[in-house]
Amino acid sequence: MWRVGLVFGAVACFLSLAGLVEALHARWVVDGWVSAGQVLLGGLLLGAGAVSARRTATPGARRLAAGVVAGATTGAALGLLVWLSRHVDLRSMFVNASPTLLQLLSAGRAPEEAWLGWVLLGSALGGVGAGVTAAPPRLVGPLATGLGTAVGLGLFQELVLLVLQPEGLTPVRDWLFVAGGGPTPHGAAAAFALAAAAASAWQAVRARPGRVGVLPPRAARAVWVGVGLVALLALPLAGGPFVAQVLVIVGLYTLMGLGLNLEVGLAGLLDLGFVAFFAIGAYTVGLLTSVGEHGIAHWSFWAAVPVAVLVSLIAGVVLGIPVLGIRGDYLAIATLGFGEIVRLLVLSDALRPWLGGSQGVLAIPKPAILGFELAGPQHLYYLTVVASAVVAFVAWRLQESRLGRAWMAIREDEDVAEALGINLVSVKLLAYGLGAAFAGVGGAIFAVMVGSVFPHSFQLLISIQVLALIIVGGMGSIPGVLVGSLVLIGLPELLREFGEFRFLVYGVALVAMMLLRPEGLLPAAAQRRELHALEEEREAAVAAPAAAAPEGGR
Amino acid sequence: MAAGVARRVNFVDAFLWAFRLVVVAVVVWGTVGTLRLGRYTGEQWVDFVIFGLAQGGIYALIALGYTMVYGILRMINFAHGEVFMSGAYTAYFVAAPLAASGFLNRHPILSLLLLVGVAAAVSLGVAVLVERVAYRPLRRAPRLVPLITAIGASFFLQYAFRGLYGSGFKAYPEFELFKGEWQVLGVGILRTQAVVLVSAAVLMFSLYQFVMRTKVGKAMRAVSEDKDAAALMGIDVDRIIVLTFAIGGAAAGAAGILYALVFKQVHFFMGFVPGIKAFTSAVLGGIGNIPGAMLGGLFLGVVESVGPALFLDGLGIPAPYQLKDVIAFTMLVMVLIFRPQGILGERLAAKRA
Repeated sequence: MWRVGLVFGAVACFLSLAGLVEALHARWVVDGWVSAGQVLLGGLLLGAGAVSARRTATPGARRLAAGVVAGATTGAALGLLVWLSRHVDLRSMFVNASPTLLQLLSAGRAPEEAWLGWVLLGSALGGVGAGVTAAPPRLVGPLATGLGTAVGLGLFQELVLLVLQPEGLTPVRDWLFVAGGGPTPHGAAAAFALAAAAASAWQAVRARPGRVGVLPPRAARAVWVGVGLVALLALPLAGGPFVAQVLVIVGLYTLMGLGLNLEVGLAGLLDLGFVAFFAIGAYTVGLLTSVGEHGIAHWSFWAAVPVAVLVSLIAGVVLGIPVLGIRGDYLAIATLGFGEIVRLLVLSDALRPWLGGSQGVLAIPKPAILGFELAGPQHLYYLTVVASAVVAFVAWRLQESRLGRAWMAIREDEDVAEALGINLVSVKLLAYGLGAAFAGVGGAIFAVMVGSVFPHSFQLLISIQVLALIIVGGMGSIPGVLVGSLVLIGLPELLREFGEFRFLVYGVALVAMMLLRPEGLLPAAAQRRELHALEEEREAAVAAPAAAAPEGGR
Repeated sequence: MAAGVARRVNFVDAFLWAFRLVVVAVVVWGTVGTLRLGRYTGEQWVDFVIFGLAQGGIYALIALGYTMVYGILRMINFAHGEVFMSGAYTAYFVAAPLAASGFLNRHPILSLLLLVGVAAAVSLGVAVLVERVAYRPLRRAPRLVPLITAIGASFFLQYAFRGLYGSGFKAYPEFELFKGEWQVLGVGILRTQAVVLVSAAVLMFSLYQFVMRTKVGKAMRAVSEDKDAAALMGIDVDRIIVLTFAIGGAAAGAAGILYALVFKQVHFFMGFVPGIKAFTSAVLGGIGNIPGAMLGGLFLGVVESVGPALFLDGLGIPAPYQLKDVIAFTMLVMVLIFRPQGILGERLAAKRA
């Protein structure tokens, strides 16, 4: 019990000292009442209670007690932080132990009082957390949805405000938000109530025995896809250039994700130098179209794109040949090495006359269709959507093809696949080449979006982000790539002050996904079966003897 | 059918041979060119080698962690570079007040030991924590899974320390005692480098003795040989794994202080490149092989320090030192492709290949 509390307490202190709590404190969830930072801390106290109660075998009062103790311990850890900060100069070591944070944590009280307050608050919230685990899901689900929506309204207020910008919607905006501040109390309450009611109604519909949809499943699916398409096309128009810009970036990562998905998700080849192909696509377009110093051809964008894709494809194959015989983690490191070599060479003075060194290639013109220039992010957005759609279609057909099944076979077991007559050399090279070609499309659009390419845009970080998004979305799943890039790339772009913590969150996401949900948010069917096969076997193995000897099971 | 396979294999082989020949040609051509130019004196070459050895000693200490963990779990602890960073970065907050109060220069040896102790302790803690949270629950998962958590852990640690300590460079205080040169056998050696070399040698020697002579070391070797058999012999495998992470972490922490002595600054991203290079050293020496890692580290350090001047200067490449890391990464890729069992290759690598 208290150990769970200690872990949660350590996490709470870490998040406070790392600056996340303070950054979130700047966002009101209910203006003048509750900030997102306070929600985070409260959530940790609740979580401590809930986890601790879950781990207690006997239900009832024991569980409640476990929750209270865990919450109190977490609170005590935060209190200790307050107390320490009064007596030791924490800021000389932890840059984020600012007066604002301490004001937030101590609520302006004396350290001892604050400590007591934290322990009491922790006990109360820990108890509530424990209570939640005992409550029926019928109740908890809608409540959680409601709370989540209310918090989301506060966190993404900028986006909501952008959508509510048109004249006709001003009354709604003024009712929901304090001018220049967060959601109003009644706005937050309305969001909570609406979402909770909707979730509750949805639950009731789903729980009805012998449920029949309003529409036959295929038609329902078509409706959903239609709604999604309209939203996809209308969003940048409603949200303006900022939202469009964010979505273009999401689209570029989707393109890279689709490429890496062929390598990692389908063929099981973990490539950490993937950004090199994005860079090659971008540099090819840059060099071919630039009207600046390093431009060599002054081609149009449309002529340069096929070349960029071809060059990336060839680069993928060429870099793939040497690593054909390398497996697993060695492959990851070798490709990482290649990626870094490409970046360092481009950055070096040795290649400066051709590639522009650290300044890169400048003055890349925007693409134009029949004299109409695709200049702003809103125009480029549609370009990105079309490119992503084409690439996704190709990826989908590849996945369903003989080649796709060959990739999955070598992912499962190279030796068996080879014994079954799959030509490892050509199949692997196709994975590298096609994956690289997809990234090359992304690079080409990136070049015209920024208008210049330079080596600092192509850090290892990008490869890791792409890896993270396909892991979060679900390895080997094409819709998963889109979901992953929306969640990992889109959301942090919208939460700007949150920006410096996004990489922290990526790290956590990678570890947590592997621990809790290795198949990703929107898994491909095969992957899910594979990853849970072991558990199912184990459960079956445990269940069999337990059924035979009930008193022996634990 | 068989002929077709053979032909394709030959095509790949030919490509790899061409790759090898190009690298050898660049090295030979560059070396001949440099020696003909005669731009560097013999003394400068000696300086390069000594600097390379000092740096290689640091790589070797980090490489121990990679190699020991690999020996036991058959996985690359991708976060090991960050373990190295965490110790050095945290110890800065001990070093700075020590320097400000003047204690650092009044008792330099004591201070150095203290700093190494702090850094080793922090790195040890971080290494054990990473093992507990990110690796232990996944020990039976498919191979790709722990590798991905390792990448995640590495990323998390970088940005966690960035969040805690800030994103800027921190200038490590300098020891007055270690400024200037010592004359050894008529050759001037920078004192810092001498200190680093000697400390690294002492640490490596004691670690080696620990692994070879003590009971725990024997248990570690047994676990890396065969986990199940070791468990049958009454060895607590989980405990040994934690110990391995702990010892590797402590060595990396100590290496962090030596790194700070040479480069005089720390920041949150400092672990990445040394981490990759240390991994290269571990593979060079034959992963899982402790003396191999030491040898690999020293070798890589020297090649990297001599390389730009020796191979690249002669080719007329401007600013060859920008390409120092390219040499290291090329070595990494070459070793992984052509000799994954390393210089002192042995059974472990053979099992993988």
